[in-house]
Amino acid sequence: MRRIAFLAQAEILHIVRDRVLLAQVLVAPIIQLLILSNAATFEIRDTPIYVVDFDRTTASRAVVDRLGASGHFTVAGAAPSLDRADEALLAGTVTMAVVIPHDFEESLVKVGVASVELSVNGEKGSAAGIVQAYATQVLADYAQARSPTAPSPRIDVRVRGRYNPTLDYRDYMVPGILVALVTMVGTLLAAQNIAREKELGTLEQLNVTPITRGEFIVAKLLPFWVLGLLDLSLGLIVGRLVFDIPMRGSLLLLFGAAAVYLVVALAIGLWISALVETQQQAMFVTFFIVIIYLLMSGLFTPVDSMAPWAQVASQINPVRHFVTISRAVLMKGAGPAEIARPLLILAASAVVVLSVAVRQYRKRTV
Amino acid sequence: MTALIGLLRKEWFHILRDRRTLAVLLGLPAIQVVLFGYAIRTDVNDVRLGIVDPSPDHATLALRDRFAASGVFRIVATVPRLADLDALFQTGDVQQAVVFEPGFASRLAGSTPASLLVLSDATEPNTGSLLQAYALSVVEQYQRDLSPPMSSVRVQGRAWRADRPAVIVPQTRMRFNPTRESSNLFVPGLMAFVLTIISSLMTAISLTREKETGTMETLLVSPLRPWAIIVGKVAPYLVVGFASVVGVLVEARLVFGVPLRGSVLLLLGEGALYILVSLALGILVSASTSSQRVAMVVALLGTMLPNVLLSGFVFPVESMPAPLQVIANVVPGRWFVLIARGIMLKGIGLEYLWRETLILAAMAAVLLVASTRSFKERLV
Amino acid sequence: MSAVVIEAKGLTRAFGAFVAVDHISFDVRAGEVFGFLGANGAGKTTAIRMLIGLLSPSSGTARVAGHDVGTESEAVKRRIGYMSQRFSLYEDLTPRENIRLYGGIYGLSGPQIRERTGQVLTRLGLEAVADQRVQRLPLGWRQKLAFSVALVHQPQIVFLDEPTSGVDPITRRQFWELIYEAAAGGTTVFVTTHYMDEAEYCDRVSIMVAGRIDAIGTPGELKQQFGAPSIDDVFVQLARPAASSGGQAHAAAAPPGGPS
Repeated sequence: MRRIAFLAQAEILHIVRDRVLLAQVLVAPIIQLLILSNAATFEIRDTPIYVVDFDRTTASRAVVDRLGASGHFTVAGAAPSLDRADEALLAGTVTMAVVIPHDFEESLVKVGVASVELSVNGEKGSAAGIVQAYATQVLADYAQARSPTAPSPRIDVRVRGRYNPTLDYRDYMVPGILVALVTMVGTLLAAQNIAREKELGTLEQLNVTPITRGEFIVAKLLPFWVLGLLDLSLGLIVGRLVFDIPMRGSLLLLFGAAAVYLVVALAIGLWISALVETQQQAMFVTFFIVIIYLLMSGLFTPVDSMAPWAQVASQINPVRHFVTISRAVLMKGAGPAEIARPLLILAASAVVVLSVAVRQYRKRTV
Repeated sequence: MTALIGLLRKEWFHILRDRRTLAVLLGLPAIQVVLFGYAIRTDVNDVRLGIVDPSPDHATLALRDRFAASGVFRIVATVPRLADLDALFQTGDVQQAVVFEPGFASRLAGSTPASLLVLSDATEPNTGSLLQAYALSVVEQYQRDLSPPMSSVRVQGRAWRADRPAVIVPQTRMRFNPTRESSNLFVPGLMAFVLTIISSLMTAISLTREKETGTMETLLVSPLRPWAIIVGKVAPYLVVGFASVVGVLVEARLVFGVPLRGSVLLLLGEGALYILVSLALGILVSASTSSQRVAMVVALLGTMLPNVLLSGFVFPVESMPAPLQVIANVVPGRWFVLIARGIMLKGIGLEYLWRETLILAAMAAVLLVASTRSFKERLV
Repeated sequence: MSAVVIEAKGLTRAFGAFVAVDHISFDVRAGEVFGFLGANGAGKTTAIRMLIGLLSPSSGTARVAGHDVGTESEAVKRRIGYMSQRFSLYEDLTPRENIRLYGGIYGLSGPQIRERTGQVLTRLGLEAVADQRVQRLPLGWRQKLAFSVALVHQPQIVFLDEPTSGVDPITRRQFWELIYEAAAGGTTVFVTTHYMDEAEYCDRVSIMVAGRIDAIGTPGELKQQFGAPSIDDVFVQLARPAASSGGQAHAAAAPPGGPS
């Protein structure tokens, strides 16, 4: 036990005296948080559209007005020319071209049915789908308003979005990004640190002492565990002050989950360090693994949208579970009962991964 | 010349022997293609729906059946009070709730409208919007179908249903990406990512490693000119990078059918331009430090991060706040992603892309001059 | 006759098809300064790593400080000290902090650590730089400090792997004075080196060639056995068997520094 204290103390000295490391722990995560939180958004606002109105009637003009007034669209061009609309799509300056045919109003009045062509710029990715949905909504609203008689019976539908009434992407992203930061500190730094000792030869010196591998591992990882929690605190402070993210659940619960999660992250870093010989390799391999974990975790895009096999695979991804917990606690105000499942999975992972990593570490080469 | 060949050979062996780094350089992009295609999606389907029905009657049951039969929704819980769903919302077991008021059917038959609440989990805003839109369309369809069918009057040969509510049918064409595959969009960004790792990150590390171990001085004293040293050190990585990028394109084509509608030659040319820019950045980074660790961190924050976050790779630049959009314009990856997407998805050429190409070329020119100068000053 | 503290019997280590250490057998007695000589690449480092429990033997046995290195390597580590080829002190820690760390790991109490720290700093004349980071110290000082740190827990045996590489002759002399002090205090010193002249400083030496021990004994015995004026010549004879078949002629062509 005493040995752990001595080695851990030396570790803390290393960390405090290593300016590059301090930058990685304190500065880099904050910068990443600030940039990533602002950049990571799929929000649609004032999307430029091109309108080609071949009808030029009150009805068609009303539709165009409604589109412009919806708050989602900005009419960037309105010349009655399909070629110009096409050019705008090719040039990428508009996300959608709305083409109203010349018999629009007549059709609507006489037959009760009219069609409008929406040419959506598929280059714009998920925005394309959302834009289409909004446009369809505007058209449906207009149609209902135009109806000669109100349909009866009537249903009065109210819609409410839970947990994110302002539809702010940052509320969604920041809890996830915090997870990414903590993971980076935990896994990357642990792997790099041990790989560095290997490279320098100081690891060998420790292997000749009577210190057991358990003591060594605890002494090595404990400071980074603390740093990880420290980073989480910093991130939460920045998140609150700069982005005003919601904190509806218990922060204590979040830190408790983080404490468990960090064990998994550190164990993975430890495991990686056993695979590599140099710091550079440690960095690359860690990146490799962490990026895959992050992409499959539901951090950027929802797990529910993934292909079925990917959703199943993500069950063994610890990042996924911590992201779920983070959002559940911060955005939904979830309590221990509601995060019990992912938390238990994390705890089990911690035990498994740590045992594997410890077993793999050998003081003596066979 | 033989000296350069010797250097090239040494670097080549160096790469081949560092199998772990090589595995990452070749393997990571290949895996990312798959992940991006299957995992980074924003579609909404198989919605877990909760029903709050305090007094079930024929109307609520009919509407509930509509939801269940829609193919989009899956009813996972039916409860009498909304509060019963709270925990399920928090665990994520329920994504949306449809809340009927008591006595729904009788309200429907009467003169005041029956009220319905659609509650959607909007933690992810776009998902929230789509959930709302889908639920609304089911309700609206039900409403339309409830309207009594009116007899039609034939006027001038066309049926005229005066009492039926009007309907506008949108006909959607998804241009350039008919199947709406997200995979088609990320390939250009992925190419930029791979090239950035190789040309900026690895170059910076490789050059700094030589400085750190002192072998750079030896190289400089040799007959090799500075430019030859750079070429010698960098060329093998470029080969690996190109192999990786071609691998990404082929894999994307085979697995996801990602198209390449424009000129391959133009794409390769623009790629080469982008590589020059990234190289110059890598050299600049290495000129600023002699420690590998510092080079790694600076290269990561200064080249990788902007090229992944601000280039339009995953997140659309148009969605970002104005200050970030301005910064994005300085990020070379942003222009390359635009160019590559245009060539691959839209099949356009220089007539649309001349401006972006010019910007990249200007960046290349400026950075190359700066980097050669810095290389000479710091090391020679 | 003092006790045998290191005993190797047929100790072997192979890496795939390459046999780095080929069935070596020798013993070292308590309080000896034993020189483990050989050219670079002869297998010295591999052998020493087996003895200190960093590498397991492919076959054969060795007992160090009363324990078998194959089965009781952790017990061995409690009784030995080690100074690696790279003088592995933590460069960003001060001498005081380095001593404290290793003292603690080897189980010394607080007062003991303080006492030893004072002794080491005084003996090496490092009081003035006791709180400066090791990376700022000159190579010679670092190397002497590393040696002292290896002895902080007063082990039975201390293993030194090429401790004097790259330092000036004066520092080398000073280092060997430290070694003699340790030996005089009862510590057995097992030192590997490729500087053949250092062999003269040892009580007994062994010479490794291509994984095998080709000669073992006191410096005087070996010089007599091979009819060579210096251990250097003994080594040259051993290392080039083809050339040394004409023994006398080769002695005449001995490298400068030795009488012909």
